[in-house]
Amino acid sequence: MPTSIFRPFRASEAERSDRTAGDRLRHRQKIREAIRENIADIIAEESIIGKSRDRIIKVPIRGVREFRFVFGDNAPGVGQGDGDSQPGQIVGKAKGEGQGSGDKAGDQPGVDYYETDVTLEELIEIMFEDLDLPDLERKALRQIEALRFNKRRGYRQVGIRVRLDKQRTVRSRLKRKAAAKRAQEREAALTGTPVAPDTRRFPYHDKDLTYRHKTTEIRNESNAVVMCIMDTSGSMDTMKKYLARSFFFLLYQFICTKYRAVEIVFISHHTEATEVTEDEFFYKGESGGTFISSGYQRALDIITERYHPSLWNIYAFHCSDGDNFDSDNTAALQAASELTDICNLFGYGEIKPLGSRYYESSMLNIFRRLDADNFQTVLIERKEDIWPSFKAFLAKERTAD
Amino acid sequence: MATWDLSDLEYWDAKIRERVEALGLDCYPQEFEMCNHTDMLAYMGYSGMPTHYPHWSYGKAFEKLKTLYDYGVSGLPYEMVINSSPALAYLMRDNSLCLQILTIAHVYGHNDFFKNNFTFKSTRAEFTLGTFKAHAERVRGYMEDPSIGADRVENILDAAHALSLQRRRNLAIRKLSEDEHRERLLQDAEPAPDPFQALHRRTEYVQPDLQRLPLTPEPDLLLFIAEHNPYLANWERDLLEIVDEEARYFIPQIETKIMNEGWASWVHREIMSSIDLPQELYLEFLVRHNQVVRPTPGGLNPYHIGLKLWTDLKEGHEASGMAKLLEVRETDRDVSFLRRHLTEEAMRELDLFQYEARGDDLVVTGVSDEDGWHDIKEQFLRSVGMGSMPVIEIVDADFGRKRTLYMVHQHDGRDLQLENAEKTLAYAFRLWGRECVLETVVSGKRTMLTFNDRGFSAKSLK
Repeated sequence: MPTSIFRPFRASEAERSDRTAGDRLRHRQKIREAIRENIADIIAEESIIGKSRDRIIKVPIRGVREFRFVFGDNAPGVGQGDGDSQPGQIVGKAKGEGQGSGDKAGDQPGVDYYETDVTLEELIEIMFEDLDLPDLERKALRQIEALRFNKRRGYRQVGIRVRLDKQRTVRSRLKRKAAAKRAQEREAALTGTPVAPDTRRFPYHDKDLTYRHKTTEIRNESNAVVMCIMDTSGSMDTMKKYLARSFFFLLYQFICTKYRAVEIVFISHHTEATEVTEDEFFYKGESGGTFISSGYQRALDIITERYHPSLWNIYAFHCSDGDNFDSDNTAALQAASELTDICNLFGYGEIKPLGSRYYESSMLNIFRRLDADNFQTVLIERKEDIWPSFKAFLAKERTAD
Repeated sequence: MATWDLSDLEYWDAKIRERVEALGLDCYPQEFEMCNHTDMLAYMGYSGMPTHYPHWSYGKAFEKLKTLYDYGVSGLPYEMVINSSPALAYLMRDNSLCLQILTIAHVYGHNDFFKNNFTFKSTRAEFTLGTFKAHAERVRGYMEDPSIGADRVENILDAAHALSLQRRRNLAIRKLSEDEHRERLLQDAEPAPDPFQALHRRTEYVQPDLQRLPLTPEPDLLLFIAEHNPYLANWERDLLEIVDEEARYFIPQIETKIMNEGWASWVHREIMSSIDLPQELYLEFLVRHNQVVRPTPGGLNPYHIGLKLWTDLKEGHEASGMAKLLEVRETDRDVSFLRRHLTEEAMRELDLFQYEARGDDLVVTGVSDEDGWHDIKEQFLRSVGMGSMPVIEIVDADFGRKRTLYMVHQHDGRDLQLENAEKTLAYAFRLWGRECVLETVVSGKRTMLTFNDRGFSAKSLK
């Protein structure tokens, strides 16, 4: 028998050859794809409103399992006990229940994981990966993080050479020199010896060096604003509000994820409209009648006040159940048409939980008269519709391309 | 850090090899390579191969192994040996000297088994590494080819992997050519010679259907599709053959898991107790050895079962020295080995039981007592090696004159897992390009599972 060969370990080689990298990357891509495919389900299933972004969500993954023809569990199997197995003893869990956890994970071949954990934040990131606010480029300039250097923030004793403040440094040395001289004189006065003229050099000390301190200031210059207008009237029952809020929650998360510098305005309305904070918008209930025009008017007012349409990209989204007072319809239509004139995109989502559609009035019919490219309506009947309608709003511009 | 260096290993290796020769083992030349734990995980992910074509499933395997390892759920194997000539084994550099010695001894057991067991005769060990490398190069070539691309390659590989183990299992039986099949059909159709021809009515000659495709039921799914789907491109056909060849390479290892691990464990125990190990190494060996070969309650530890049977076998044939053992390691595979040597007594000692699903629980329904052991043994034999995979054969590639691929599952009491069946059938459809039908039995009813361009459907046959 020939001698065996022992080849020593070579670290450099081992590090160079991370050959799993490509395949791991592809696997992870597949997980992401699978999550994205299931996002509509996930959103419908999880009430994600107001959940912390660190929250972990279990996401079923169908795409990354490998399949073969295998046996089910209708026939008995054979196992090995610890010496005194008795009939009736429970030795494990049947497939599909609690597999892959605990100490058994390693020795159960063929059991694939069905679920993966992602945080809400990751999920949101995946969801919005290929969505954009349509048309953000139209009004040029500024979705810019403007960096301003040279903002002075006082002086420090440490810094880089170019920021050395010579004047202050010299002054500091002179002060020190004067102080030293005075100390000498006082000492001389006490002891009665005459002051010897000091011929020694009085050099700069580290403490004299004074540097200008500057900070980099980032100023966000944004020119996009999103107006979220929600109907909070009495006819918006819990379910409708839930749907509307889910929609706005997605929109809000989307904007926060993608556009750090976009401004968001929250308006809730019944017969009157008020600008509210984010918290109030998502959590506060109200009641009363409905004048949709009030919400639009408020939005228009805010726009005139703060966001001049020639400089700002304006996006307005409105969710309502469409149960408007008849008398207000003309005004609403009028205001909506004004909004479409100045907005890049104006979206109207009508929330009609299944069935209620037939006996309640609808704004969809009225808005049909509004003929503008940048006006978009969707109907949300159940929670499964939220994601598709959300996408429909944001995808409008691109499909037109 | 390790308290040993390569010269220690060489010293002990020389001693081990003396014992290997004394036991009458017959090995391929052996090469050991030191690696760290990441390498070991990577080798495991790619079934040990230093070169292997890329596919995301190996990335998945790696991630899974790494997660289990990182969280301490499962350890790493001490060693990994490839059935090749020279045999290539990886040793983890962080292991203790005792573990290295144990591993080296264990590796020679596998090496001997690979070289001598009949199931491995067809794997052509001297070409293993070269074959895998060539496969990897070809697959990469297709992925980089701008007219093909990684996505289309992945598409085919996904489907091919799903069907890869649906192939002939017994590699020692030669596959007949089409002509030989035809001849055989004609021969079989001839009436048997009858000495009492005058008394009997003449058996009628039935012309065998020689147009049929396949002539006899065909278990090699991938090869059949590669050969008979005219719409496959050459590179697609090549991918199917590559995947099939790889499955074929691994079937002997699947078929001899218990024997092979048992044999290597028996060999290392034999060697370790006869090379005058210093006491502290020997004590560590005993601990490690018992960790490896102890039974895993609820599961089946091939090391434990194998070692037990080889030990019994040796005791039963003490007179003939090693002759009997060497003969058995050459001529058996798990099914035959267990059928012959797994006695009622051994079963009781191993505490083999039978379990069934009752609701959410798996419940013991029989133990190896006087009445039960025989059934349990049969049950066990049915599921070892490739017995854990259903047998599915193509019986007609032009079913209903529509080029529908008609397959039949040889039902043996174990139903198919239906979700898997549906998804796998979809893969068959992807490769065959026309409707695929699988006839099986679901809860006692003959059922036809169909996958075509309208998707999946199932219907019961009367």
